[in-house]
Amino acid sequence: MPDQLLQQLADGLLIGLMYSLIAIGLTLIWGVMNIVNFAHGEFLMLGMFTSFWLFTLYGIDPIFSIPICFVLMFVMGMLIYRFIVSKVMKGPMLAQLVVTFGLSIFIANLAVYFWTPDFRLLPPTMLQGTWQIGGVALSIPKVAASLGSVIASVCMFFFLKRTKTGKAILATEMDREAALLMGINTERINSLSFGIGAALVGVAGAFLSTYYYIYPQVGGLFGTIAFCVVALGGFGSIEGAFIAGILVGLAQTLGGFYFDPSYKYAIVFMIYLITIWIRPQGLMGW
Amino acid sequence: MWYFLSDEAHSRRRIHFISLYGTVEPFISKLGTEKNMSRRKNVMASKNCTRVLSVALSLLLILFFSVSAQSQQKVIKIGAVYPLTGNIASTGLDCKRGVDLAVDIINGKYDLDLPLAKSAGLPNLGGAKIEMVYADTKGDPKNGMSEAERLITSENVVAMLGAYQSAVTKTASQITERLRIPYVCSDSSSPTLTERGFKYFFRVSPHDDIFARDQFQFLKDLEKKTGQAVHNIAVLYENTEFGSNAGKAYKKYAAEFGYKVVADITYTANATDVTSEVGKLIVSKPDVLMHASYITDAILFTKTFKEMGFQPKGIMTMAGYIEPGYLPSVKADGNYIIVRSTFALDLAKKKPLIGKVNALFKKKYGIDMSENAARSFMAPFVLAEAINRAKSTAPEAIVKALHETDIPGSQTIYPWKGIKFDPQTNQNIYARGTLVQILNQEYVTIWPFDSASKPVVWPFPAWKGR
Repeated sequence: MPDQLLQQLADGLLIGLMYSLIAIGLTLIWGVMNIVNFAHGEFLMLGMFTSFWLFTLYGIDPIFSIPICFVLMFVMGMLIYRFIVSKVMKGPMLAQLVVTFGLSIFIANLAVYFWTPDFRLLPPTMLQGTWQIGGVALSIPKVAASLGSVIASVCMFFFLKRTKTGKAILATEMDREAALLMGINTERINSLSFGIGAALVGVAGAFLSTYYYIYPQVGGLFGTIAFCVVALGGFGSIEGAFIAGILVGLAQTLGGFYFDPSYKYAIVFMIYLITIWIRPQGLMGW
Repeated sequence: MWYFLSDEAHSRRRIHFISLYGTVEPFISKLGTEKNMSRRKNVMASKNCTRVLSVALSLLLILFFSVSAQSQQKVIKIGAVYPLTGNIASTGLDCKRGVDLAVDIINGKYDLDLPLAKSAGLPNLGGAKIEMVYADTKGDPKNGMSEAERLITSENVVAMLGAYQSAVTKTASQITERLRIPYVCSDSSSPTLTERGFKYFFRVSPHDDIFARDQFQFLKDLEKKTGQAVHNIAVLYENTEFGSNAGKAYKKYAAEFGYKVVADITYTANATDVTSEVGKLIVSKPDVLMHASYITDAILFTKTFKEMGFQPKGIMTMAGYIEPGYLPSVKADGNYIIVRSTFALDLAKKKPLIGKVNALFKKKYGIDMSENAARSFMAPFVLAEAINRAKSTAPEAIVKALHETDIPGSQTIYPWKGIKFDPQTNQNIYARGTLVQILNQEYVTIWPFDSASKPVVWPFPAWKGR
């Protein structure tokens, strides 16, 4: 029995760190631009497919395709911001909502059109197998993804706090107008944040592709959970998203194990509801 | 929510861009284009008298076509509702392929041991041919209802087939019951369909209750054959209509056959992670796992079983594990899992008819016959054979003939004793499931033991050292 408790704790932590990585990009975009990116789950799906095709067509192992995913998704994010999102930034709030919403449906359907709705799994890659530590089985791809998530979060944290560009992003997040007055090119910051947000979720997709099945609608579920994580951690807060991701992962596995698995997502959302009842701004929001 | 717009999140193909106008009423649409083309020519000529003339001409053409259609040999129209577009269009198309091939065999002359195969058309009705009229349900029970009504009232079909999804079959058959039209179903598996006391609804194929019972019968047979005892069962099922009914059936028969249910776990099929479910399974230490799933969860569970080293003596499953998308995804990790089925190509060794039918299927469509196509294949034969014996297309006469149906097992493509309907429920009393085991990444029939093409691998080999 204690073995299973440890197992569930470990798995909760691993899946939670994956949620963190997905949510960090989302929270960044929200924090800087006040835009809810409904297409975030679809960006994840694109990351997964990028990794899948790089492996299938060119034999590039997902671990090496991570930087490629980062760059490709970064460029795509910038382009989407430049040609689509920036156009509606001046429009009413509803237009901003609808544009990413429409984008998510468009991307998912485009993926169905090009890649069919079939399910795909990568064959065993360099990251495979399980570690048996005592009575606990740790899946190596999940451990690698979690490490990746920790590294990415730490990098993001230092990038935002220590570099000039990072500080400019934070400044824009806090007060756009003041940032403008201080000579920050907020338009550039916007497109940069959108690019980084997309790139981070692209990396998450590459990691996820090593152990999860890939299909055009895969973004739906992960996207919903990412929203929950962002709201729980506090909109715009990187540290918040990181902690909230782990919390959600643990709530899901432990809740499912000790109560009824069919209610595990209900437990996750209940924790979220209780949190915003006590702290409407989320755990680390301001 | 927007993410769940395509709700059948579990079927393999969800969104299709193909529209299939052509399949429904091809005749009428052909006339429509004829008319349009001649109209377009008129505009180009742009002279009033020519316009009048060609309108008259096209009207004549329509008259000519409809007259010639009527003066043709007598046809018997049978309606069929299937999900031809929408979320599970690929499944609907698969079923339609089976039906179309069956109609080809009935209408043409084939040297096959199937009802009416050797004669062209229905001999007792002067060689009348079967004509299928398809309607698209889009996978929605509402459309199933309205399309069935349209087929009966404006297309004048004399009988109905379809609709694959149990929920759609349920509503479509309510209409046929009200309008007193016979409905022969061979592709829906919900047990409740034949428990409604309907007089015009007949089912050829087995239902989930039979499938669940079969899996326990298999365990009993196995214990007798190998002397390995099975005591504890874990029941795992997704929590919508299909899964919860299958779970109910599992629990019912576990009690009846004297097995102890040590875990009773429901879950949501659309999950990011199933470690807590598998953790619960491991703790309960079952001898056998019985799992009713869709495809996405089947893939996720298989991976998690392996990862966490869940190791019962056997894994017996329904539905998800036999979807065409399952094996290509999990590959060798699917080996040794047992799935319920009505059909498997390897049965051809024992029953050459299956090989011959599959050869025809492959020639026509370029692919092997799937379980879906094979299930839908039988309904047209049952109907046509009954109509032929009834020598009439009157509903009452067909129903009477259906009650007297007694097709021997040798004239089916399944390992059954035959087709004969229960006088109360109209369920085929001989319908039973088979069990296939995934061996070397292929579905191989392993039960009933007398139809098996390979012996079952039991217990489930350890994940390590595979």
